Amino acid sequence: MIDALPPALTMMAGALALPFLRGPARSGAILLVPLLALAQLWALPDGPALTVGFLDHTLTPVKADALGRLFATVFLLMAAGGGLFALNQKAVVELSAAFAYAGGAVGVALAGDLITVFVFWELMAVASTLVLWAEGGELAARAARRYVMVHLLGGVVLMVGIIAHVSATGSAAFGAMRPDSLGTWLILAGFLINAGAPPFSAWLPDAYPEASWSGTVFLSAFTTKTAVYVLIRGFPGAEILVVVGLFMVFYGIVYALLENDMRRILAYSIVNQVGFMVTGIGIGTEMALNGAAAHAFTHIIYKALLLMSAGSVLFMTGKRKCTDLGGLFQSMPLTTICGTIGALAISSFPWTSGFVSKSMIGQAAADQSLAFVWFMLTAASAGVFLHAGIKFPWFVFFQKDSGLRPPDPPWNMRAAMVLFATLCIGIGVFPGALYALLPHATAYEPYTPAHVVDMLQLLGFSGLAFFVLLPLMKRTLTITLDADWLYRRLGPELVQVVGGGVVAFDRAIRKAAHLSLRRLLDLAARTHGRSGVFARTASSSLMTMLTLVVLAGLLATVYG
Amino acid sequence: MNDHWLSRPATIRGLWIGGLALLAAFVAAGAFVHGHAAFGVDGTFGFSAWYGFAACAAMVVGAKGLGLLLKRKDTYYD
Repeated sequence: MIDALPPALTMMAGALALPFLRGPARSGAILLVPLLALAQLWALPDGPALTVGFLDHTLTPVKADALGRLFATVFLLMAAGGGLFALNQKAVVELSAAFAYAGGAVGVALAGDLITVFVFWELMAVASTLVLWAEGGELAARAARRYVMVHLLGGVVLMVGIIAHVSATGSAAFGAMRPDSLGTWLILAGFLINAGAPPFSAWLPDAYPEASWSGTVFLSAFTTKTAVYVLIRGFPGAEILVVVGLFMVFYGIVYALLENDMRRILAYSIVNQVGFMVTGIGIGTEMALNGAAAHAFTHIIYKALLLMSAGSVLFMTGKRKCTDLGGLFQSMPLTTICGTIGALAISSFPWTSGFVSKSMIGQAAADQSLAFVWFMLTAASAGVFLHAGIKFPWFVFFQKDSGLRPPDPPWNMRAAMVLFATLCIGIGVFPGALYALLPHATAYEPYTPAHVVDMLQLLGFSGLAFFVLLPLMKRTLTITLDADWLYRRLGPELVQVVGGGVVAFDRAIRKAAHLSLRRLLDLAARTHGRSGVFARTASSSLMTMLTLVVLAGLLATVYG
Repeated sequence: MNDHWLSRPATIRGLWIGGLALLAAFVAAGAFVHGHAAFGVDGTFGFSAWYGFAACAAMVVGAKGLGLLLKRKDTYYD
């Protein structure tokens, strides 16, 4: 019977029920609802499971296949693991919103048509804004306002694209497209805004670090990875994605290197990692698409783990800047170990999940003889170790001794970290299970001696570079300007300048008009006032004289 | 005074020596494994080692340069 309900609706129902539950019932629901949805997902047969008529179209809100199932699976695993981590989160809104958000992501992953994609897409925008806003502070509220603006803009772009595409082709089906018409270009742009692609990358590192210690964990998982999913399904092999992806990869590294806020470092590294996936989608071969999908799967888990360890530090210390942290390994050993495992996984260290997924994208570039792409991706792999693999654990858990001695966080947070750390290593050691879930059959073997040695050399010497160049990476109390400067600083200042100009112009015009009117009234008063020339009484003899002159003039001109 | 064994100068010195020995071992191991080089240079001895180091150095210096231009106090938007 459970397969009769779409898994997305189960998550939505859970989201609606959570605010009414207390104590063990609430904890039980948080842990069980995602698992129930997971059971429903795996009971779904391939192909359309639900069709609905809408206007002139037949929508397919639920349609399962390997790709959709892979993403929906990791979304639900994330909801369960994130829920465990957030069991002691007091903000009721946050978990409800997070479950609706996860439900939206699952809805997109199983959507068989573009209209369903759009509906769940917008639902995610609203729910994720609530996750951010639930933090409760003024900074989060302001970040949430900026966040929702960008996502509503992205939603409008996507909607216009879908309408143009559907009216041009007559079909709302969601399948592979080419960016060759206004509609498909706009759909691609809408997808890329959510992926954190330029010029809109800044929404992500601006918003995510402002959420609560648990909120950021949820935020890191769904929006960008549903974007990766729809790009894999909608635009495989679109060459522009290679350029966009490579830009994202290096943007993420450079900005993370300059950053001081521990969670913003990880937020920039989301853009970096999604860049690898977007590049893979642009390459477009089966190996590359498998790599992008596998990397999305592993990334959700290790990035959640990294943000759980950062969230634990924030929860226990109330501090988020690297300049205030350090030396925490002494009192938070479990958090340090789990954070380090996440850091090794994001760096694609052999025997971790990142190694078995990211390697496929590099392999695809090599298979297609894309030398520039391969050399850039390899350099970026070294850069990942630099900005996230070492920088994050080093500045948070080691470096100088901050004197802080908080213990590890409560049991549920520790359990969630251990669970995800186990998955990071488990997938790395036994990649076969993940490979079996990929959209295309693969016989890829990541563990060749040459590949392992190459990776160890690359990462080892990146590590050496980090410690040799450490003086250049001294943490400072700074942020780095990004494209969001345009709407956070330039925009408001332009409004002030232009608005001030308009006000001054308006004032000058009113003053001039007022003056002219005054002069006219004065003139009227002079001529038509009590003592004005037209208001005076004239004598009869003068009037007779004037009449005679006029009549004489008439006689002379008419009869003369 | 921080007397955790991982913070002692002797331990840190040991970690440096051990780390460098490990790096030397990784490079040496490259002589015994032979992968399929896709572009020629990537199959040369020690390629991943120097390329990884050089790439990281370039990124750190590049980021530093960009930072001169784009860094602001973290209260900039407040």
